[in-house]
Amino acid sequence: MASNKKYWKSEAELNPNDSIVETLRQNEFVEEIPVDDFLGDKDTLESTSTNRRDFLKYVGFSTAAASLAACEGPVIKSIPYVVAPENIVPGVANYYATSIANGFDFASILVKTREGRPIKVENNTYAKVNGGANARVQASVLSLYDSTRLQGPVAEGEEVDWDTLDTRVKAAIGAARTSGKQIALLTQTYASPSTSRLVEEFKALGGAVNHVTYDAISEDAALTAFENKYGERALADYDFEKADLIISFGADFLADWQGGGYDSGYSKGRIPSNGKMSRHVQFEANMSLTGANADKRVPLTPMFQKIAIAKLYAALNGSSVGGELGDAQRALDSVVAQIRKSKGKAVVVSGIADVNVQAVVLAINEMLGSDAFNPKTPRYTRQGSTQAVNTLIADMNSGKVGVLIMDGVNPMFTLPNAEAFKAGLEKVDTSVAFSTNWNETTEVVDYTAAANHYLESWGDLQLKKGQYSLMQPTIKELFDTRQFQSALLNWMGSDKNYYDYIKETWSTFVLNGGSWNKALQDGVFDSETAAMMSASEDADPQIMTAPSEDKEEASDTMVEEAMTAGASIDAAVRSLAGTSSSEGMELVLYSEVSMGDGQQASNPWLQEFPDPITRVSWDNYVTVSKMDAESLGLTNWNVANGGMNGSYAKLTVNGVSIDKVPVVVQPGQAKGSVGLSLGYGKTVGMKSEMQTGVNAYPLYQDFSNVQSVTIEKADGEHEFACVQLHKTMMGRGDIIKETTLEIFNTKDHAEWNHVPQVSLDHQEVPATSVSLWDDFDRSIGHHFNMSIDLNACTGCGACVIACHAENNVPVVGKAEVRRSRDMHWLRIDRYYSSEDSFEADNTKKVEFDGLSGDKGSLGGFGELEDPSVNPQVAFQPVMCQHCNHAPCETVCPVAATSHGRQGQNQMAYNRCVGTRYCANNCPYKVRRFNWFLYNNNDEFDFHMNNDLGKMVVNPDVNVRSRGVIEKCSMCIQKTQKTILDAKRDGRVIADGEFQTACSSACNNGAIVFGDINDTESKVAELKEDDRMYHLLEHVGTKPNVFYQVKVRNTTEA
Amino acid sequence: MKKVTYRDQISKVLGISLVVFLLFSVSLIAQDEAVAEAAVETEAAAGGGDPVKGKSLFNQNCAACHALNRKMTGPALANVEARLAEDEGLDKEWLYAWIKNSPGMIKSGDAYAVKIYNEYNQAAMTAFPTLSNQDIDDILAYTAAPPSTPPPTQVGGTNGPVAAASSGISNEVILGALALVFGLLVFMLMSVNKTLRRVMEANGVNVEEEREKRLPIWKAFAKNQFLVLVTAIFLLLASGYFAYGWMMQVGVDQGYAPIQPIHYSHKIHAGDNKIECKYCHSSARVSKHSGIPSLNVCMNCHKSIYEYKGNPEGPSREDLANGYTNEFYTGEIKKLYAAVGWDEENQKYTGESTPVEWVRIHNLPDFAYFNHSQHVSVAGVECQTCHGPVEEMEIMYQYSPLTMGWCINCHRETNVKVEGNEYYEKIHAELSKKYGVETLTAAQMGGLECGKCHY
Repeated sequence: MASNKKYWKSEAELNPNDSIVETLRQNEFVEEIPVDDFLGDKDTLESTSTNRRDFLKYVGFSTAAASLAACEGPVIKSIPYVVAPENIVPGVANYYATSIANGFDFASILVKTREGRPIKVENNTYAKVNGGANARVQASVLSLYDSTRLQGPVAEGEEVDWDTLDTRVKAAIGAARTSGKQIALLTQTYASPSTSRLVEEFKALGGAVNHVTYDAISEDAALTAFENKYGERALADYDFEKADLIISFGADFLADWQGGGYDSGYSKGRIPSNGKMSRHVQFEANMSLTGANADKRVPLTPMFQKIAIAKLYAALNGSSVGGELGDAQRALDSVVAQIRKSKGKAVVVSGIADVNVQAVVLAINEMLGSDAFNPKTPRYTRQGSTQAVNTLIADMNSGKVGVLIMDGVNPMFTLPNAEAFKAGLEKVDTSVAFSTNWNETTEVVDYTAAANHYLESWGDLQLKKGQYSLMQPTIKELFDTRQFQSALLNWMGSDKNYYDYIKETWSTFVLNGGSWNKALQDGVFDSETAAMMSASEDADPQIMTAPSEDKEEASDTMVEEAMTAGASIDAAVRSLAGTSSSEGMELVLYSEVSMGDGQQASNPWLQEFPDPITRVSWDNYVTVSKMDAESLGLTNWNVANGGMNGSYAKLTVNGVSIDKVPVVVQPGQAKGSVGLSLGYGKTVGMKSEMQTGVNAYPLYQDFSNVQSVTIEKADGEHEFACVQLHKTMMGRGDIIKETTLEIFNTKDHAEWNHVPQVSLDHQEVPATSVSLWDDFDRSIGHHFNMSIDLNACTGCGACVIACHAENNVPVVGKAEVRRSRDMHWLRIDRYYSSEDSFEADNTKKVEFDGLSGDKGSLGGFGELEDPSVNPQVAFQPVMCQHCNHAPCETVCPVAATSHGRQGQNQMAYNRCVGTRYCANNCPYKVRRFNWFLYNNNDEFDFHMNNDLGKMVVNPDVNVRSRGVIEKCSMCIQKTQKTILDAKRDGRVIADGEFQTACSSACNNGAIVFGDINDTESKVAELKEDDRMYHLLEHVGTKPNVFYQVKVRNTTEA
Repeated sequence: MKKVTYRDQISKVLGISLVVFLLFSVSLIAQDEAVAEAAVETEAAAGGGDPVKGKSLFNQNCAACHALNRKMTGPALANVEARLAEDEGLDKEWLYAWIKNSPGMIKSGDAYAVKIYNEYNQAAMTAFPTLSNQDIDDILAYTAAPPSTPPPTQVGGTNGPVAAASSGISNEVILGALALVFGLLVFMLMSVNKTLRRVMEANGVNVEEEREKRLPIWKAFAKNQFLVLVTAIFLLLASGYFAYGWMMQVGVDQGYAPIQPIHYSHKIHAGDNKIECKYCHSSARVSKHSGIPSLNVCMNCHKSIYEYKGNPEGPSREDLANGYTNEFYTGEIKKLYAAVGWDEENQKYTGESTPVEWVRIHNLPDFAYFNHSQHVSVAGVECQTCHGPVEEMEIMYQYSPLTMGWCINCHRETNVKVEGNEYYEKIHAELSKKYGVETLTAAQMGGLECGKCHY
């Protein structure tokens, strides 16, 4: 039976003289294996006193010792206070009303503290202005516990104590006073009455004090236009709730436009009631959050936007101007007609940093006379003056500045002409920078004063005329830090502390007999009287920020000329209409929801937060329209491991270029324009994981957000961490149901909110009436439901970060997000339409006929995967739907996930063995698996691996370990707490008491949570609403989360 | 480190030897005291006040701030009358006035009144207008010559240990006698056996031969496969049972009684002095944590309680055997003073404090959420239900197993306390109708759901 066949392994064996074959025959490996290297050489082995038996004894002994030691439980120490603070009860949270004012974000907030640690930011519902915390403000509590924070003052690279720093700075100030050199304060916008007063007092002490306010992302144009028209350096206030028609030219007012905080009013006007809702038309270049929410979005480059504004003014004015708009002319005509129809209920806004634009917009609003436009009580959340900054840099370079003190700014990172600043800094005798972190600026200054986080500071704010807020510390300074104001008081030789100083300011100028304690408790104070300082001309905060001598030195003659008289509006309009196209493309610089101006770049929650539009985390990128991308050869593609890759581009503005900018092809991007977000690309003082993106500030020339740019393809490919690769719904209109206001008003809800049908016994019956399971009686006790209104949801993502903070959701890092292992319990899906509208997608899908051909489904579905050039956009927050008939529960082999009577789908982590059957069986894909141990693991160097970062962890929620599934619990720790509080007080729970992290974070009223067994509750009412539908209703899961059909106001004139 | 049931074997021995030593010393000292007291009593009778009445008045009104021989919130009062007369030249009238209206005296600017006010941190003394001059006389008589307490220690101290020792001896005697009886029995049986054999041999009966034919029992057993199988199964089941039992107690620390940095006796505080649990563990009412009291709570009482005087009957035999003498407890109070930074001499906080690192006894795993206020305030469960007879615990230990089965069992058996709680009204009415019962258990209320404790 034996075969004589000889098998040969390679061709070489045929050659009898082949040396390798010969060697292989003798040896196992071709090369000599250096056995001695890893076994130790003979001499050492022989000389060692440890023989094999000893070795085994040691192994045996240590194993036995280890196992014996393991039998003993750990001894856990419990250390009470020596003297307990009166208001701290271990295990009970305290809330403090405070405010954030970091120069970019301004908000009145509540801070939840546990055992003295701030752990969560909540909205302050008492606040009439900016009472909602956006994603960055929600995340700011983690920045307090940043392990890279400065822990004490630094002088010339050496750690020093404050006394040393004080002495040296005092000496420097004294020297500058005697020599007559300038003492410059370069600071963020404070909007703080006390700080203004303090700076005035500092000026009064003598010396050439020059206070320059600098916003990294400038609103100088809007401020200047407002100042020219109304005489005060401030920003007009808008209340979009009162507007029936909102026309925006590139204003991202749902995000950070003019200091932000406009989304809640907007959302209130967007919920259809009594058959009415506001209409929103957006002309813009980048696809912004605001544009995504618009009823009609017209992609238009900034150049055309300017022409459109001019034409709009002219049309309303009855005059006419030149300039060609092309296709957009029709849209503009329609807008004009709608404005005429809206009868003083329309408002126009623009985000173009151009004084002419802002002046014309103010003029239009004045002309429209809408309630939504309010120049009488303006906002003070941006006060920076670019002129003053430029003058200061010039002064520095000419050696006129003796002392430069900076606070809340990082000019070396955010200034487009950082080199000039650096050169100037070398000629400044003494420079001091207050900063919480080591950064680009602290690297080059003489003294770095470690600054407090806002949660460790005192402060006050006047966000809007007559609307005051207080900032109070919620924790003692963690490190040896000091806030700027305290230090300044010290340097002025005052023995007051800043708290007393604020109290003094308030009792003198603000409170007007009101109670300080009440103001402090509420966090806000509404003053009916005029703004505090307006009575005394010399102390006007607006004048302080732009000293008069700077005005004289103003070089921008066009601004001066255009703004001197009322007639100048016409000049401005003419100048806008005459805008001509420059070479290359237009670059629109913007701030991303996650990063803002970049001061919280070392915050892992924000880095991992996916951008609402592109759904990309851990990166910034240049957004390019599909057509431009094709002509430039730029692409995005998905690779086999599920990640998105993209080309690189090189951007050049005015000779300044940034290489290797990742490219995202953005549906809706106006052809001829590209977008790039500021705030990324920080490197100094950052952990390597956090050094993401490219720095776009060098392109932010003359503080203008519109630049002329040349773009070319660069080598290489970029790996993105994008959490949503599928961009469209492919005609599955039941995921996000939407309709138009007209249909909503006129037709029965069965038509526009169709309940899916299934066949039962050959009868078409509603899918909700069929079930595989017996129903439980849920009418007794609480039954929690959540309503998500797709009309009110702007996609801002505050809820995502709130959920992160409340539920100890781990940060997994860019590489893991790319592998689709992000842990967000709550995601906000973003969908683009493939045709012009979602409705057209649905029609296209329904009309598929056969496999091939014009209406064939094979090619048709392929087409439906691609988003349109200017798509409709829809946002949908998706968390665990807490199905009453949950598919996940039936497949768990160990019953780790089960259903509670109160409607919550419960997850017992300690029972989970990690089969992930549940995640596979979940139709909503909301279950997250812990692939690694994310806490105490230095591989994930974010915040859960160091003692400082762990202080943010919510002690009421478990920190999950490796190998278990986790998901939204409907904040069971919060509902249980509400119930317990009521039981303890022996009372019935009122509507609105039940909240989840997301519902309380949503300032827009999009997420409503409550008990549907309480028939009086808002959520019970919403459940019976005609707009109510369940996600994937035909699956029959009977979720406890429901959505409200999105209604678009498509009414043209 | 964990189980320390026998940790004090040595101290027990030491304690007993101490007791034996004290047997002789105590009586001597007591005799000395008795002589002294007799002398004092005669002296006090001459003063006019009644020291016995004075003592009760003193304890009622003064003891919170004054002691006889040491400074507390106020000055030491032993011989205060004589001292004032000698040092300051102040008579009884001044004392009457001061006691009845001390704030008035300070206001009026009386030199010594102001001096003493400032000396004691400007803590004004409560005015006692209700005390009559006779009362004050009584108190002063007491301060001049405190009546002795009858020395019960002498009696108890002498008799107790002797009795213990004698009973110990008698036990040993009985045991020895028993052993002797057993020995005798064994000897008798063996000799009976021997005799019978001899009788057998004499009668010519041979038992040995029959035996040899039989198989040894273990061989017979090994050959019977059925028996082997049954035994094997039995052994496996038994070992499985015991292995399960053993493994189920892993991580269950019932009886865990670690040594604490300060020997804090719940028996003395909650038992002897009947201090309400929630006086110290106040956060149990409102929080998930019962809370280990901060040291300032201890100092509420221990500012004036600076030494342990023992219960009136004197330390029990057991206590003495453990070394829990008055001096021992007083030493523990000093440890508290050291930790909180209390300067006894000057009755002031030094500001130098060191937190006490207690060893945590009840360690619930992190994945289980337990809320004290739910059980204590809402359900009205007695602390002892879970923590056992704490008022009898000299050393605190974990009374309950704290396993999930234990929790669940209680939830199944315990009725929800709904009376007078408006929250429960609706749900109770509906649920009791649904289940057809009068009272609902926690389990029926939903207290067995996973998510109620695990999130």
